[in-house]
Amino acid sequence: MVAPPRPKRRFRQASVIPGFGLTFGYTLTCLGLVVLLPLAALVAKASGLGLSGIWYVATDPRVASALRISFGVSLLAALTASVFGFLVAWVLTRYRFPGRKLVDAVVDLPFALPTAVAGIALASLYAPNGLVGAQLARLGIQAAYTPVGIFIAMVFIGLPFAVRTVQPLIAEIDKEVEEASATLGATRWTTLIKVVLPPLIPAVLTGFALAFARGVGEYGSIIFIAGNLPYVSEIAPLLIVIKLSEFDYGGAAAIATIMLGISFLTLLAINLIQAWSRRRFGYV
Amino acid sequence: MSERHGTRRTGRIGRRAALAGLCLAGGLLTVVGAHAETALLNVSYDPTRELYRDINAAFAEDWKARTGETVTVRASHGGSGSQARTVIDGVDADVVTLGIPSDIDAIAKLTKRIPEDWRGKQPNAGLPYTSTVVFLVRKGNPKGVKDWGDLAKPDIKVITPNPKTSAGGRWNFLAAWGYAYNQDKDAAKADAFVGTVYKNVPVLDTGARGSTVTFAQRGLGDVLPTWENEAYLVLQEFGADKFDIVVPPTSIYAEPPVALVDANVDRKGTRKQAEAYLAFLYTDKAQAIFAKHHYRPFKPAAAAEADLKQLPDIKLFKIEDLQGNWDEIQKRNFDTGGLFDQLSRQGR
Amino acid sequence: MSDLSLTAAPAQEEAASEGRLVRGLLIGTAVVFLALFLVLPLFTVFAQALSRGVGAYLEAFFEPDAWTAIRLTLTVAAIAVPFNLVFGVAAAWAIAKFEFPGKSLLITLIDLPFSVSPVVSGLIYVLLFGSRGLFGGWLQDHGIQILFALPGIVLATVFVTFPFVARELIPLMQEQGNAEEEAALTLGATGLHTFRTVTLPNIRWGLLYSVLLCNARAMGEFGAVSVVSGHIRGLTNTIPLHVEILYNEYNFVAAFAVASLLAGLALVTLALKSLLEWRYGAELGSRARH
Repeated sequence: MVAPPRPKRRFRQASVIPGFGLTFGYTLTCLGLVVLLPLAALVAKASGLGLSGIWYVATDPRVASALRISFGVSLLAALTASVFGFLVAWVLTRYRFPGRKLVDAVVDLPFALPTAVAGIALASLYAPNGLVGAQLARLGIQAAYTPVGIFIAMVFIGLPFAVRTVQPLIAEIDKEVEEASATLGATRWTTLIKVVLPPLIPAVLTGFALAFARGVGEYGSIIFIAGNLPYVSEIAPLLIVIKLSEFDYGGAAAIATIMLGISFLTLLAINLIQAWSRRRFGYV
Repeated sequence: MSERHGTRRTGRIGRRAALAGLCLAGGLLTVVGAHAETALLNVSYDPTRELYRDINAAFAEDWKARTGETVTVRASHGGSGSQARTVIDGVDADVVTLGIPSDIDAIAKLTKRIPEDWRGKQPNAGLPYTSTVVFLVRKGNPKGVKDWGDLAKPDIKVITPNPKTSAGGRWNFLAAWGYAYNQDKDAAKADAFVGTVYKNVPVLDTGARGSTVTFAQRGLGDVLPTWENEAYLVLQEFGADKFDIVVPPTSIYAEPPVALVDANVDRKGTRKQAEAYLAFLYTDKAQAIFAKHHYRPFKPAAAAEADLKQLPDIKLFKIEDLQGNWDEIQKRNFDTGGLFDQLSRQGR
Repeated sequence: MSDLSLTAAPAQEEAASEGRLVRGLLIGTAVVFLALFLVLPLFTVFAQALSRGVGAYLEAFFEPDAWTAIRLTLTVAAIAVPFNLVFGVAAAWAIAKFEFPGKSLLITLIDLPFSVSPVVSGLIYVLLFGSRGLFGGWLQDHGIQILFALPGIVLATVFVTFPFVARELIPLMQEQGNAEEEAALTLGATGLHTFRTVTLPNIRWGLLYSVLLCNARAMGEFGAVSVVSGHIRGLTNTIPLHVEILYNEYNFVAAFAVASLLAGLALVTLALKSLLEWRYGAELGSRARH
């Protein structure tokens, strides 16, 4: 009933556990059909333009500025999400206060709330006549329909990544080390910077990279609140949709390939951070 | 926990899962089964949602009375360009009723599913109705917007959809250009004028509906140049006490055409019904419905007097008279590197 | 374990932690931040949905198009989630139980859909199955409709939710090791029996947890589905697309009412997830993912 481990016997290390051929084969088949084949079609379409063609699309000022906005704002948003994510993770693991578990559950909301719902909700909140937007307008800040709106949406969807990657590691920190540091005369601040923070950096970086990757690609929650002005608040995924509406499949594929390449590099960076962290600290 | 107990439990869960699967399969079958009767698909542009809801019901009733057959007409709506794209990619549309002729041209050119001479297949070049662009302003018109020239004033914020994706956006763009060109017949000046207007645009939504929501619901901007029918709809939906319609002295003759998707109806065997549907659009009954929804009917005689009175007298110009055929219009203004791209590059 | 520190001498406790004031300030900042960024949007959905009373709210659900959208969304989730469940278990088994070269590349590739823009996820299927795409001509000749029909929507949904189960199970099964399975097998149990009686009970809560999140995403996906759906009323509109349509028809109350259905689903998901975490936190593994 279990597929005989044909020549793969040498490919994987020996084990009494059966099912490698079956599950490995199934995994590769699914991965190939669902992920790799379609992505290959995308890259094939884009490569039809040639490297110079992709470069031409990428350096078109409107595309370049959309990519700059997507990546730039996402970088800022991921940074913000990381800072506040760290704070939230710290508060949730280190302090006991009423409603802590509720707050903990709320953190995952952006995972579960569909992006389009988040989009219309954020737009109606931050519009100049919205609940928060009206207050901001009084301060002279316009949030919705500007890059600030994009930023807000990206922080929203990126926050749980930042919290959830750091949280378990804060929980694992050995308090005795901190106490030792304190006993040796270090101030709390020094202890935090020199003792607590360094081992957490890889996790913070991973959370940052995940939030960043997710923000760059986000579409549903942003288009409602962004304003979508070329050169000001037009994001790269929207430009793909616009290129499609202009029947410019090659251009759409080229932008998508550029984004895909950067996503892949981000993921690779995450994996490298984790590998480095495993060597340096012995955990991920 | 004994092992047997554990197995029994998974067994029960398994049975429950199988039951759930069965229910879902049943649901799936009903979804598929819904295809059985004759169904036509009308792929349309953004602001015609309310219009085609009425037209489709009237046609179904009419068809039933004449042939005894039940036919349902489904509609899909969105930015005209995106809608054309879905037809190009294979949506099974029987008829397309889009916002601008160039979108039907694109389907014809890229897929051959519509013959390139589609304009000749229907009366009035495929235009059962036409429309124009008017201005929606805030109650009392606080910024005193009267004509297209006012849109270029420095203190005015104009809300209009993205001409790359929206037919309404393209008509607004062309109307502004035509206005300026008609002032002193200078294309370069007209280009510059349009550039000034688009510097006043704080939000470019992807469809006409998006722009209306931005203007009416979110309270952004001073003026919304929009389809005449859309302007009246906003008064109905949001209350006439909040907005005024300003009719400019001249505007554009906007042509939202209809066409049969020949290859699709032949494959689906729905040619008879689809042709009847398009023919129905030119009947008195449908013409009256167009007027009721503030579109300008091809045969005004068929419409109710009260509805026609709502459609003001505007001097309308045809963009083709100013810029040539639709291939040239599309290429000059909206293709990659066209006027809109050049203007947004300068405008930043 | 952190509770132990509460019993430490006050001075030391002070030094190894933050002062009461700082602590309150930090908690306050975190709570206010979360309330403003996460809870307020959720609250808005319900507030807007009920802004014209319960009657107007319920009216949104009397429309037949709403029901087709709900049924379509359920159908899509009912296909996509089990598919990814089976894939995830198979992938986790192959990756966690065996050692082979190229493992991290495989994991990276499985992860890839996480960081691919939803729009791109839709685009790739357009390029494959669109009538001008790679297989478009062939499909059309054979009268098979993938794009703008159920199969296309399912494919796009499978793509965006592809990594959910696998990424949850891989670290969990790696942590648990192979010892129990090896023991069962040595005692003569078959592979399938071992999986059902040894592995499955060990991973069931993690599995359920990942299926919950996978389901929430599958039902709520917007970008990818909007590219491949064709937006045909009463036929290919999922719940999120129906929300967008209502919103574009100036029917804001109905839009938010239908959106509140999805928001409710999100709340139920979170509640179940929290319940799982509190009760079976240890079994879920020490490390939270994605």
